[in-house]
Amino acid sequence: MKVIYILWLRQLKRYFRSKARIIGSLGQPLLFFVALGFGFGPIYTKAGGGDYIQFLAPGIITMSILFTATFSGIEVLWDRRFGFLKETLVAPVSRLEIMLGRTFGGATVAVVQGLIVFLLSVIVGFRPTSMPMLPLALLYMVLIAVTFTALGTAIASFIEDMQGFQIIINFLIMPLFFLSGALFPLENLPKAVVIVSMINPLAYGVDGLRGTLVNMAHFGLATDFIVLGSIAAFVLLAGAYLFSKIEV
Amino acid sequence: MTGQDIISVTELTKVFNGFTAVNHISFSVKAGEIFAFLGPNGAGKSTTINMLTTLLRPTSGKILLNGHDPVTSPHMVRQSFGIVFQDPSLDEDLTAWENMDYHGILYGIPKELRAGRTEELLKIVELWDRRKDQVKKFSGGMKRRLEIARGLLHHPKILFLDEPTLGLDPQTRSLIWNYIKGLNQSEQTTIFLTTHYMEEAERVAHRIAIIDHGRLIVQGTPEELKLQTNTSSLEGAFIALTGRDIRDEEPSNMEQMRMRRKMFGRHRR
Repeated sequence: MKVIYILWLRQLKRYFRSKARIIGSLGQPLLFFVALGFGFGPIYTKAGGGDYIQFLAPGIITMSILFTATFSGIEVLWDRRFGFLKETLVAPVSRLEIMLGRTFGGATVAVVQGLIVFLLSVIVGFRPTSMPMLPLALLYMVLIAVTFTALGTAIASFIEDMQGFQIIINFLIMPLFFLSGALFPLENLPKAVVIVSMINPLAYGVDGLRGTLVNMAHFGLATDFIVLGSIAAFVLLAGAYLFSKIEV
Repeated sequence: MTGQDIISVTELTKVFNGFTAVNHISFSVKAGEIFAFLGPNGAGKSTTINMLTTLLRPTSGKILLNGHDPVTSPHMVRQSFGIVFQDPSLDEDLTAWENMDYHGILYGIPKELRAGRTEELLKIVELWDRRKDQVKKFSGGMKRRLEIARGLLHHPKILFLDEPTLGLDPQTRSLIWNYIKGLNQSEQTTIFLTTHYMEEAERVAHRIAIIDHGRLIVQGTPEELKLQTNTSSLEGAFIALTGRDIRDEEPSNMEQMRMRRKMFGRHRR
């Protein structure tokens, strides 16, 4: 437990010591709010969908968590370059502990990021429909963060160059994001798109967050929880296995 | 003082894509001894250490470290040793104190002992006044000293020191060797070290093995080596055994992978 805690704490310290990272990562969500929220808002309302910001905000919060979480895998590559990875690998700690510590660290950073974007969304006009549901919304934020930090970390365990990692992650998360229902409703879409979104783990995250924040769930909150939770557990175990295979 | 074999290596081989870095070497280290593993650059020292410390899987051959095999029971092996790496392995965003403390936690050292030893070691390497500074503000020598202090924090059964005193001034080197010799005597810590300072090896090591071109060419006490080569110093013996050619640095595993990718990237996998 102590090992998981210390690896978690290390990642938080590194995050809060880098002001550039905190500020810089808010640019993209803000841009999406302005460009999409104010750009498509009137059309969405005209089409009878209601207030687009209400629909969009959970999607943008998910996006910021997704990006921060997946890219936090790059910390493994930095640790490889600076040698600290070796320090953790030769330590008598289980690879699952290493994986959990790293994942929870990156996931906490991603959730903090998500909360900041949540506040940002409130400033641009987003209003959650039910206050008692907010803690539940936090749970879904944590689930999204853990799933995708674990994914990024697991991938980073077998990739050695930074550019390669960034290309792979972009290639992976762009379709995940665009086909998750973050930007548009999944109802009444072509069958193929609906099927793809059903096998997209992120869709369940967006859905859970939207269900808790504005009471608009597509799959249902229980399904969201079970699907995301199982995927998170699977990726964590896979990551622990991959960490046991790392050679330096 | 010395007893049974605590490290035994049999026919150990590592091949990187056709290049044999370590070629059927066999040797053993007795519990409680200071064992120097010497060789020119690129001879296979670091590759061997990486295999002993679970960071690299051997191509063939057998290792037993404190009775455990690094391939089949890495966790048991990791509980038996500590290591000071040749390359930097600190977290530069953390402070000196945090680097020490986190290491202590990874190795399960109780809090009071951790704090006490951290203070003692940081004072030895003269970084106590800088303990609250982030490591990235340190000079190269300071980082090296912190690295060594961290490696000495938990007192393992076997301590690997991969060129520990490279780039340090004589005062610090002497302090660090005294501490290491103290560990060896008071806790019977087995020391496995590599160094290019032959007079250092001659002074501290009970036994020496010399590796060159991936092959173990000789092992014995410093006296035996000198006698065998008919030389008066270990340095003389070393040069007599390995020749006078200057060697290139051994490419790290990662560089080798990169080279491989450049050469064969499109065709393999």
